[in-house]
Amino acid sequence: MREAIRQRMWFALFASCTAVVAAPVVVIAGLLLWRGLPALDWAFLSTPPAPGMREGGILPAIVGTLWLAAGTTAVALAFGLPAGIYLSEYAPRGALTRAVRLAIVNLAGVPSIVYGLFGLAVFVLLLKRVTGGMSIISGSLTLGFLILPVVITATEEALLAVPQTLRQASVALGATRWQTTVRVVLPNAAPGILTGFIIGLARAAGETAPIMFTAAYFYLRHLPTSLQDGVMALPYHLYVVATQIPNYPAAKAWGTALVLVALVFAMNLGAVLTRARLRRRRRW
Amino acid sequence: MQRRAANWAEFLGEKLLFCFGISALVLLLLIFLMLLKEGVPVFQHTAPTAFLLGHRWLPLSDIFGILPLLLGSLLVTLAASVIALLLGIPTAVFISEVAPRRLREVLKPLIEMLAAVPSVALGFVGLVVVGPLLREWLGLDSGLTALTGAVTLAFMSLPTIVSIADDAIGAVPSSYRDASLALGATHWQTIRRVLLPAARRGIFAAGMLGIGRAIGETMTVMMVTGNAAVIPKWPPLCRFWEAMAEFPGLEGFRATLDYLLAPYFDSVRTMTATIGAEMGEVVWHSGHYHALFAIGLVLFLITFFVNLAADLAVGRR
Repeated sequence: MREAIRQRMWFALFASCTAVVAAPVVVIAGLLLWRGLPALDWAFLSTPPAPGMREGGILPAIVGTLWLAAGTTAVALAFGLPAGIYLSEYAPRGALTRAVRLAIVNLAGVPSIVYGLFGLAVFVLLLKRVTGGMSIISGSLTLGFLILPVVITATEEALLAVPQTLRQASVALGATRWQTTVRVVLPNAAPGILTGFIIGLARAAGETAPIMFTAAYFYLRHLPTSLQDGVMALPYHLYVVATQIPNYPAAKAWGTALVLVALVFAMNLGAVLTRARLRRRRRW
Repeated sequence: MQRRAANWAEFLGEKLLFCFGISALVLLLLIFLMLLKEGVPVFQHTAPTAFLLGHRWLPLSDIFGILPLLLGSLLVTLAASVIALLLGIPTAVFISEVAPRRLREVLKPLIEMLAAVPSVALGFVGLVVVGPLLREWLGLDSGLTALTGAVTLAFMSLPTIVSIADDAIGAVPSSYRDASLALGATHWQTIRRVLLPAARRGIFAAGMLGIGRAIGETMTVMMVTGNAAVIPKWPPLCRFWEAMAEFPGLEGFRATLDYLLAPYFDSVRTMTATIGAEMGEVVWHSGHYHALFAIGLVLFLITFFVNLAADLAVGRR
């Protein structure tokens, strides 16, 4: 009997811990909607900030973040997809492969600000001729490398989930390993790859530290016209209006936060829906 | 068994695949080398010991001692980890063992949502909601303290800790649980004596990854800890002894707690926040620039070893 009471007490404690963890999520979501929605109107989303920042909207920040997301997509796909394919389909067992896997795990733990330093030293300063200094190119490369571990892992897992029988069937028909990979394995793994990729992209879109010295400017009057231009970006803009501009209207700061969070959530939702939709077409 | 490449294009493709395949390794080495190249020059100016143990960070006078920043990071990370583990592990147990299926399906995505919130947005909430609340409750001069940073950071690392600990508990073979229950143990006894010990490696890894995430986090701490680059102050030790002599027992315990927590009510600055706040205004390739890269190097090494510890704990599969 005493054991039953003890069990009930512990479980009640655990339940209250869970409530303490879960409640803030609901509170934050509620606050964002309650304080942020009133600031959102078409003008806020479609005009640039006025000089001095307190007037006007956030258009350049939204556009900048979309540019960076597009660039990050290109970089992460170019490096992450082949790397995942190599690890799943080609990599021999050995010291090198083990080192690569260890590197992926450790890359995932490197602080985002350190990626920012790396981007500054390599893309902004060393390769200035090519990237144009602080620019969409530099920021996209930095963010692309930041999400590389996520993309590689997702690609590899999606490929490994494709049944071995499909590969065997393809090889039995006389296909080379390359043909098997490209024509059989890859199409079947596409949903998983896409999902992992969008989740990585959502993370990149919300990151501030890596783009602070590689792409994002405090204030820019014009929208970017080339990939070598710098941009304003939503996360950095939120940081700026929250800490660097005294007396910035609170409603607009909440509005900016809401747009950022909504954008990131929309991407994650997109990932979930993609997975659900493409999974239904799965043939095995 | 398998036909090799059919033509030179496939051969080339496979070679290229290999080059990209090892890109992660190359990138990790490149990051490390770049940090070395840009960070080490500061040691021509400041000896490594003076850099790590110097207690003044005055970049305008070319004095680079990162002890206050190291302690700031340590202080915030330590408290954040304690809060996150104390809340996270019971939550993981509740979600994986106690909660009815339907509640579980709601709780898991809810906590995963927290992981998706950008750190700058959490920092914003910490700045305008948590800070003022703590100031009110605790009667502080400013809400921007190490404690505010720790609370906000704890919520950043909670999703990592909960989901990995949950996986670890779920990975315990069900025969263990069945055996324990069959012997007449209650559900709680089974959790405590069988499941948690069996999952301890995974739980340890969850803790390490959470800590790694907290120590490397920049935006939240930059926005909510107040950013004073001074060594966190404890009240003079003699005052602690006096309190202990005056109030032994339970009061003494309170005095100890008060003493240990004192620096949490002050503003601190972490290593990450220093890089974030100062790199934007620095003259490139100056002493200050190299000093900030050297901080990056220290951060890189700390997180590298923390993550390695987590790897080793879960590894050996």
